[in-house]
Amino acid sequence: MSKNDWPLWEVFIRSKQGLNHKHVGSLRAADAEMAIENARDVYTRRSEGISIWVIESNNVYASDPSDMDSLFEPSQTKVYRHPTFYVVPDGISHM
Amino acid sequence: MQLAMEQKYSQEELEKRFQDKIDNDIKIEPNDWMPDAYRKTLVRQISQHAHSEIVGMLPEGNWITRAPNLRRKAVLLAKVQDEAGHGLYLYSAVETLGADREETIDDLHSGKAKYSSIFNYPTLTWADMGAVGWLVDGAAIMNQVPLCRCSYGPYARAMVRVCKEESFHQRQGYEIIAKLAQGTPEQKEMAQDALNRFWWPSLMMFGPNDDDSPNSALSIKWKIKRFSNDELRQQFIDVTVPQAELIGLTVPDKDLKFNEETGHYEHGPINWDEFWEVVKGNGPCNEDRINTRRSAKENGEWVRAAANAFAEKRKMRVAV
Ligand SMILES: [Fe+2]
Ligand SMILES: [Fe+2]
Repeated sequence: MSKNDWPLWEVFIRSKQGLNHKHVGSLRAADAEMAIENARDVYTRRSEGISIWVIESNNVYASDPSDMDSLFEPSQTKVYRHPTFYVVPDGISHM
Repeated sequence: MQLAMEQKYSQEELEKRFQDKIDNDIKIEPNDWMPDAYRKTLVRQISQHAHSEIVGMLPEGNWITRAPNLRRKAVLLAKVQDEAGHGLYLYSAVETLGADREETIDDLHSGKAKYSSIFNYPTLTWADMGAVGWLVDGAAIMNQVPLCRCSYGPYARAMVRVCKEESFHQRQGYEIIAKLAQGTPEQKEMAQDALNRFWWPSLMMFGPNDDDSPNSALSIKWKIKRFSNDELRQQFIDVTVPQAELIGLTVPDKDLKFNEETGHYEHGPINWDEFWEVVKGNGPCNEDRINTRRSAKENGEWVRAAANAFAEKRKMRVAV
């Protein structure tokens, strides 16, 4: 990275009031303010958003795909966490 | 993370797991293990695609200040601005593969990296804005729609955004050319002349014939590509010829005829010598395009430096 390169930022957009901010992509900018301005130009040219979060990509910690089995497998074996696991007698409603 | 996977599985197992995912239409994401050749192919293809979006702004940028009225000017500006955005989505996608953005751009400037040869043709009249939107964006859409289902997640997601934005590009171009075709005899001639000059280079945008496109098979196996060059080119001809006829323009191919049996148009021979000459750098505008990009980077250097200095200064102030 040469001296004048700008850091990478991840961009999150809230598309409308009541919804989560969602990751939409990344861009480069000298600082957070510029990252927000660039995100406005790049990711919301057609009213795709009403709020923007940016975070420097360096600050994102990600799980390792090679740990996928040990991380997520246990939740797959616990079927009793889902309502469909239970038998409800005929005639019962609102449950 | 690649390393962790490599310690856990043999090369053969890794490749099998990778291909299984692809065969089951499971997307590959940046941190997933992938074969080096897959990564390399994607870096080359996505960066070429990014360069094409950026260099592609130049032929149309040529007419922004000379658009015939304010509406046309606003539309063309919005279109060219979209192309800058497309370039940015794609450079970001290349970065997820570990490529360095500055190096990627410098490869364009040194002539090492290629971009779509169509942008090495000049835009001589206002009618060319019509032909470019209609034919060039039309051909690009044909190529890009299947890429929305490409096996590499970040590329596919970028293409979804791009395709959504592209749809107005082609329509505004067709609107320009249709308007001219309905105008005075001189205006109609301008429209026909633009079609004459852009028709064959647009067909070349789909790349060499399948027999001369050795990397295609692998790209199809990896689901980077879904259709061959010739299939996409045929699709483009089939939808575009009636669009020309509807506005009274003639496609400049004396061998063009509709085959009732196959339901497809048959076209005359494409001048591949011209295509390779332009790819090699000998098109009418190759030098001009690269020089323009180079000087844009050089002249913008102080802006990037100033932005960094300002960011530094602000950080210090907050620290105090
Ligand atoms: Fe584009
Ligand atoms: Fe476009």
